[in-house]
Amino acid sequence: MSTPPTTPLLELRDLGKDYGSVIALDGISATVRAGEVTCVLGDNGAGKSTLIKILSGVHRADRGELLLDGFPVSFGAPREALDAGIATVYQDLAMIPLMAVWRNFFLGAEPTRGRGPFRRFDAARAKETTRRELAAMGIDIRDPDQPVGTLSGGERQSVAIARAVHFGARVLILDEPTSALGVKQAGVVLRYVAQARDRGVGVVLITHNPHHAYPVGDRFLLLNRGRSLGEFAKADISREELTRLMAGGAELDALAHELERPTD
Amino acid sequence: MQSETFRSPRGIANWLDPASTLGIMAVAVALLMIGGHFDLSAGVLVGTTALTVGIVATELRQNLWVAIAVALLVALAIGFVNGWLVTRTGLPSFIITLGTFLMLQGLNLGLTKLFTSTVSVGGIDDVPGYAAAEWVFASKMQVLGAEVRVAVLWWLLFTALATWVLLRTRFGNWVFATGGDDVAARNVGVPARRTTITLFMTTAAAAWFVGTTLAVRLTSVQANTGIGQELIYIVAAVIGGCLLTGGFGSAVGASLGALIFGMTQLGIPYLRWDADWFYFFLGAMLLLAVLANRLVRRYAEAARR
Repeated sequence: MSTPPTTPLLELRDLGKDYGSVIALDGISATVRAGEVTCVLGDNGAGKSTLIKILSGVHRADRGELLLDGFPVSFGAPREALDAGIATVYQDLAMIPLMAVWRNFFLGAEPTRGRGPFRRFDAARAKETTRRELAAMGIDIRDPDQPVGTLSGGERQSVAIARAVHFGARVLILDEPTSALGVKQAGVVLRYVAQARDRGVGVVLITHNPHHAYPVGDRFLLLNRGRSLGEFAKADISREELTRLMAGGAELDALAHELERPTD
Repeated sequence: MQSETFRSPRGIANWLDPASTLGIMAVAVALLMIGGHFDLSAGVLVGTTALTVGIVATELRQNLWVAIAVALLVALAIGFVNGWLVTRTGLPSFIITLGTFLMLQGLNLGLTKLFTSTVSVGGIDDVPGYAAAEWVFASKMQVLGAEVRVAVLWWLLFTALATWVLLRTRFGNWVFATGGDDVAARNVGVPARRTTITLFMTTAAAAWFVGTTLAVRLTSVQANTGIGQELIYIVAAVIGGCLLTGGFGSAVGASLGALIFGMTQLGIPYLRWDADWFYFFLGAMLLLAVLANRLVRRYAEAARR
């Protein structure tokens, strides 16, 4: 946005992670600011999932620093990252298909009423809040009692985003939210990403599709085989350059040359 | 016709009785199945707890209530070990509890022989504390001229309690989530491991309750009590709408499954059919239930794209 705050919400400094003798990630630096979208782009095996796992508390980084509001942090469990305001929406694992929308919405953070042995899940409030929050994000769910499995892929992602925003996520990590979706559905999801951004959330959008990343992103971190190809502000990179870098740049040129019809 | 007797208060009390002890177990097993797991050791654990009550009371000469408390601790410990092994190893609960099932079967026989030199424990009614225990676990009431055992009341109470927990508490929400997709559940902060272990301990506690009921009611316990019943519990839960894959089902359904089981078990002799047909009907009902459950799942998971 126009006036970035002095301290970024989240800062990655030379992060690295090994699985045994395999270097999964090395020397990754990036910033996430409130009200901005940081896109992480990379091909399969580039280290995107490893990066998410570090940010969301599934794994600890082996090298480098993770700073939240300028202070170094290290998460040992997803719960710790959640408590720090970092919410992750996973591609396929965001929701339990057989459970109602409102039950999914409050899963793990159910509102309760009553005391002691009579403490119970406040279902009325949960249903009401779900409907209100989804409406606020412009998501029209016909009936919060329907199982999530009956929603479309885009709707599911949108509900998951609304849920994260409702629970006060300051950093929202989205793992390939558009990859399994058609063009129209992907557009719907990107609109909610922008909604979350406008509400002041710092968004980390992980994708391998530069056409989805470019319109909504403010800065772009490119990964290739566990290493950073650099972090670019939107002003410093065009959509064409981004696409070229993503596609492997020189590698693709060489391939194009190789695949050319022999001219005689 | 014979069905007149079947519908009379006395007839109803007759088929409510097997349904009640089965129902208490089916409700607990249903919770566990909704949470995504099986417990093959649940049947033999009924025997283990009944034998523990008998041996501690008659052979170790303790008050019956002490024996009942010891049996509860034994049951909870076994439930904990089941749950801990399942969550720790990630192996199918089917295999883990098959292991505990076989071990308990051997222990039941071995320890009973060691203590009593026979394959049963008797004389539980001669132990101090029996009168009070009988009142809690095995008393009888007159309802409309029929004798109804207190287990029927406990069954209704446990069904209501389980329904409330499932639908109206945080824990209930976690049970559905853990059974639906434990990785997703953990990602949003559900303590899936703790939920699973609690469910195994709940099943074990139900086995303790039924085991104690049997010990107090019959006053003697055979070492092979409960073996083979574990599958009947699962059948009742599935007839009642529990999905084998977890994440869906209800306590009321499991109770209805147990009721259908009790009605069939006694209905067949009432109709003067050969009792051998009972298992044929049971199997047919199970197949029908599984097919119906599959339709429910298809409906719920059919994503509109």
